[in-house]
Amino acid sequence: MSGTFWLTARRLRALIRLPAFLFIMLIQPAIWLFLFGNLFRRVVELPGFGTGSYLDYLVPGVIVMSAVSSNMWSGMGVLEEIDRGTMNRFLITPVSRGAILNAAVIEQALSTAVQSLIIALLGMAAGASFPGVLLIVASVLLGTVFSAFSNTVGMLVRQRETIIGLNTLLLLPLTFLSSAFIARSLMPGWMQAIAAGNPVNWALQSGRESPDLVAGGGLLALAAAMVWLSTRTFRTYQNAV
Amino acid sequence: MSAAVTAHELVKTYPKGVTALDRLSLTVEPGEVLGLLGPNGAGKSTTVKILTTLARPDSGTASVGGHDVLRHPERVRRVIGVVSQRSGLDPAASGRENLMLQGHLFGMRGATLRRRVDELLETVGVADAQHRAVRGWSGGMQRRLDIALGLVHRPAVLFLDEPTTGLDPEGRARLWTEIARLAGADLAILLTTHYLDEADRLADRVAIVAGGRIVTQGTPAQLKAELRGDAVHLELRETHEALDAVRVVTALPGLRDVSVDQRRLSARADDGAAAVPGVLAALETAGLPVTSVTVARPSLDDVYLKHAGQRIAAEVAA
Repeated sequence: MSGTFWLTARRLRALIRLPAFLFIMLIQPAIWLFLFGNLFRRVVELPGFGTGSYLDYLVPGVIVMSAVSSNMWSGMGVLEEIDRGTMNRFLITPVSRGAILNAAVIEQALSTAVQSLIIALLGMAAGASFPGVLLIVASVLLGTVFSAFSNTVGMLVRQRETIIGLNTLLLLPLTFLSSAFIARSLMPGWMQAIAAGNPVNWALQSGRESPDLVAGGGLLALAAAMVWLSTRTFRTYQNAV
Repeated sequence: MSAAVTAHELVKTYPKGVTALDRLSLTVEPGEVLGLLGPNGAGKSTTVKILTTLARPDSGTASVGGHDVLRHPERVRRVIGVVSQRSGLDPAASGRENLMLQGHLFGMRGATLRRRVDELLETVGVADAQHRAVRGWSGGMQRRLDIALGLVHRPAVLFLDEPTTGLDPEGRARLWTEIARLAGADLAILLTTHYLDEADRLADRVAIVAGGRIVTQGTPAQLKAELRGDAVHLELRETHEALDAVRVVTALPGLRDVSVDQRRLSARADDGAAAVPGVLAALETAGLPVTSVTVARPSLDDVYLKHAGQRIAAEVAA
């Protein structure tokens, strides 16, 4: 337990020493809110959209999208720690093997929660109303799915380019194949079908106005499965040192 | 007192059938510095990885500080300090923070840890820079911090894996002083290096690794004495004359261990300087002119080349 604490503290300290990075991480969602908020303002007028204010609809979308995009780079950090020898240095100490990966998961979850909270506050300041707490929990779970996935890929392929390529490939399709910016009922049928299996959409379903237990449970299960998978991969890495 | 490190018949094969270790055995006594010497790929780093619990051997046994590395890796981790080739420092953290974290990971706390960190920062001479991010430190300073990191929990066995690789001459000299100072007391040190002067200077005993096994070991003085006599090196004019030259020199009395590498012919003689005129005359008579001659007292280089040399030549050719 204490190993997890010290390793998490180390990561958080490193994070707050990157003010430029933190600034960008927060300004980006603000840009999305402003851009999409203006671009799509009138889509709520479409029959069947189901809400009167697009901003109410958009804030959860941006929170979830930001959670995905900031967590999917997690594998880069793991790669860097492997390349620099930091990973092996920790493995040689008595610290529990689990603590090394847990620290990464906890740090990501905390920073996702803070990021989501700030976007939520920005949205509220702009007059939007949405269920805040549930949404933040959902975005943290979704972030965990993607950071664990990214860590797994990083440890398996040991190549930055693959992570960059995969992220570029996934981010926008996953976002637009969900109800982040537009109501699912307005999508073509085939798109609705894909969205039903998209974890980004599960996060939105469980975090929007009516809590969806099935989607929320699915998200929790997927996050647990991904963390388990990354732990398995970590064992494989240890055996291949 | 039992040995600080023992490895018995370690075998390790990596995927694709690369044999890293081929029944390697070694011992390090408490308070001793063992220099593990060998070319890249000889198995030095694999040995260190197994002894520091990072990798598992396919077969064989090893114990460090009296604990079995396979059965009780967590006990081994408590008694070893490791300075790896890749240091693993956190570049964004300060020197002090790096040390504090390492101490915390070993379960050290509070005033005890702070005192230990102060002491180590002084000892390795980086106290003035302790609050600056490690990113801006020189290579030599980072390496000295690596050593402090390896010592924070007062280990019984210290592993130094090519500690001076990449350092400038001044940094190397400084680190050597540091390591020589550590080598006292009960601390056992396993030092891997491919610098012969480093092993000669720091190691009580040297073991030469080639092809995944120890090919010879002993004190630097013993190994040099084994070579019996001086090295005589001759530079020939043409490579294709080398084989004829070997035949001529081998036939001369008092010269032995004749070997050749391209245009360079080497042999041993009890008194090198006295043997030179005879050699030159014989080669001249055979129509094989020599462009230069050197006579050298035996060095660890010669020991190394004798045992690992053929492998190196093969690697160069490959």
